[in-house]
Amino acid sequence: MTERRPTAEWIVPAGLVAVCVLLVVGSLRSALFAQQTVSGLANGGIYASLAVALVLIYRATEVINFAQGALATFATYVAWQLMQWGLSYWAAFACTLAIAFVGGFAVELVAIRPVERRGSVLTVVIAAIGLLILVEGSIGWIWGNDVKFMPTPFPAHIYTVGGVAFSRQDLSTIAISLLAVIVLWGFFRFTKLGLAMRAAAVRPDAARLVGVRVSWMLSLGWGLAAALGAVAGLMAAASPSVLLQPSMMDGILIYAFAAAVVGGLESAFGAVVAALMIGVLLNLVTSYVHFVGPALQLPVAFVVMLVVLLVKPSGLFGRTRVRRV
Amino acid sequence: MRLRRPTAVGAAATLCAAIVVALLPFALSNYHRTTGATVAVYFIAILALDIVTGYTGQISIGHGAFMAIGGYTTAILTHDHGWNDLATLPAAAAAGFAAGVVVGLPALRFRGVYLALTTFAVALAVPQIAKNYSRFTGGTEGLPLPAHSGLWLYEVGWAIAGAMFVAAWLLLRGRTGRAFRAIRDSEVAAASSGVTLAVYKTVAFGISAAMAGVAGSLFVLVNSFVNPDVFGLQLSLYVLIGAVVGGLGSLRGVLVGAAFVELLPIGLTSGSLAPSQAVPVIFGAVVVAVMALLPLGAADLLRTVLQSRADRGQHPDTPLGTEAK
Repeated sequence: MTERRPTAEWIVPAGLVAVCVLLVVGSLRSALFAQQTVSGLANGGIYASLAVALVLIYRATEVINFAQGALATFATYVAWQLMQWGLSYWAAFACTLAIAFVGGFAVELVAIRPVERRGSVLTVVIAAIGLLILVEGSIGWIWGNDVKFMPTPFPAHIYTVGGVAFSRQDLSTIAISLLAVIVLWGFFRFTKLGLAMRAAAVRPDAARLVGVRVSWMLSLGWGLAAALGAVAGLMAAASPSVLLQPSMMDGILIYAFAAAVVGGLESAFGAVVAALMIGVLLNLVTSYVHFVGPALQLPVAFVVMLVVLLVKPSGLFGRTRVRRV
Repeated sequence: MRLRRPTAVGAAATLCAAIVVALLPFALSNYHRTTGATVAVYFIAILALDIVTGYTGQISIGHGAFMAIGGYTTAILTHDHGWNDLATLPAAAAAGFAAGVVVGLPALRFRGVYLALTTFAVALAVPQIAKNYSRFTGGTEGLPLPAHSGLWLYEVGWAIAGAMFVAAWLLLRGRTGRAFRAIRDSEVAAASSGVTLAVYKTVAFGISAAMAGVAGSLFVLVNSFVNPDVFGLQLSLYVLIGAVVGGLGSLRGVLVGAAFVELLPIGLTSGSLAPSQAVPVIFGAVVVAVMALLPLGAADLLRTVLQSRADRGQHPDTPLGTEAK
């Protein structure tokens, strides 16, 4: 059923190496360039967590979860509420991840599974959009539409290396986002449950035959994706440029979509690489190309996605599928 | 053909609905006539979405963007160039058509979730572009337009809606409509029966976007004001909700969908049945429930009733994408 395109396999890795070299050379020559690259990587880390959450669900159920961003925002509000009740930041962080996991699990069970039974891609996509409206609406109903102030766990410390200032905020965001993705990768790679989940995603019927409860694995996938999305939401809210409000993740979701699509939709590694690249690209474009103001970041990400899709429809790291008709 | 009896019932129902709509303004206050005109706007937009998503199976979450293009065409032509506002409607349709063809071109290569993502990104990007080029669009402050009486808006709105409905019906019942449905049900089968996919998909997008452009233009006239927030993501989602509730792939439910989207929030809040914050929650829940229980919406309900009357076992066709996963 699936097959790799034999031609020009080396182009993607070679291109990536070229981009890395370019970024390093630029960073060595200009302090501004280095700073913009690092804060772009921090944004990219946030997009990466959300993009991997999207890929996780796409691989399990072939659905793009349009509600992923809204669920992440909801989780962030839960964390905010817990902190209002007196929990410390990291205690609230841990509780939120657990709540998000249970929430994602429940959402799949209640909202997606009954729809999925009926089949087509269109119905499930529309149901996911219904979920987006529902979740964002609930946030507004419970917590109101005004902007909340989210405390940041990272002291405003700045490290200076060779004339280049790195904020601790950015470095911590990169570290935590990537850590979350790596933990998840380890879970899928090295645990029996992770193996069962991969089996359920790739060959549901065969997995069922060897005793994997496929439907539970799918719910579990949604739970994990929601927890990963919560990490993205919390990191986004910790950043000074993002305000905690019901539509907080709308824009970030688009960047995560772009990353997931550019990475090939089925490849978590591809999504991470693409997310980091998009984060850096957007930052560099807004600081060096003057007619692109912050308002045009979204269209730029969109154009990148469109170009990659038109040139290489399966994304940079996706498999080219041969469809049987 | 086979459906003679239900068609007769449908024609009678359509006639009744048309008479009610025509007589209604005489029983309404000026304010409620404006509300009625907004229902007409949603009617046209939902009709437009139904052509491309319900009939041709090409999902669009971005119809608010086409409405924005039509709306801004009208606003800029009347505000800066002194056009009569009704004279701008053909221009809005032309601008919408052009935009639809441009968005439809990638649709030739994308299917399913990719198309959903692309149109979603368009819906988010267009208001940002309007914000950025404030020289033409007035930026966030927007542009004012001449105000009209509620009766004028109602009559113009519904006259155009009626004409659009007849045009859509004529388009969909013939050769073109058959080609659209063939594409929805199986692209391969359609292509091998001599339907040129590229032409028909682009045409579907173009016509649909032209109608959405007219809807946007009327929307601007009804509000007598335009700014980017008028055409935010919410509008795109509301049009989709209306189409889903009314029933994708059927013209019968369009009025139901339009009334649902515009009147439910007003009914709930003015009857103080629920706070206004609850509206999106209810909308979202309804969309998920419709997708789970009755994927063809109100039209399906109607069809089931008609069919049991006509003692017919089998659905005439299977709307909503049997598109392969």
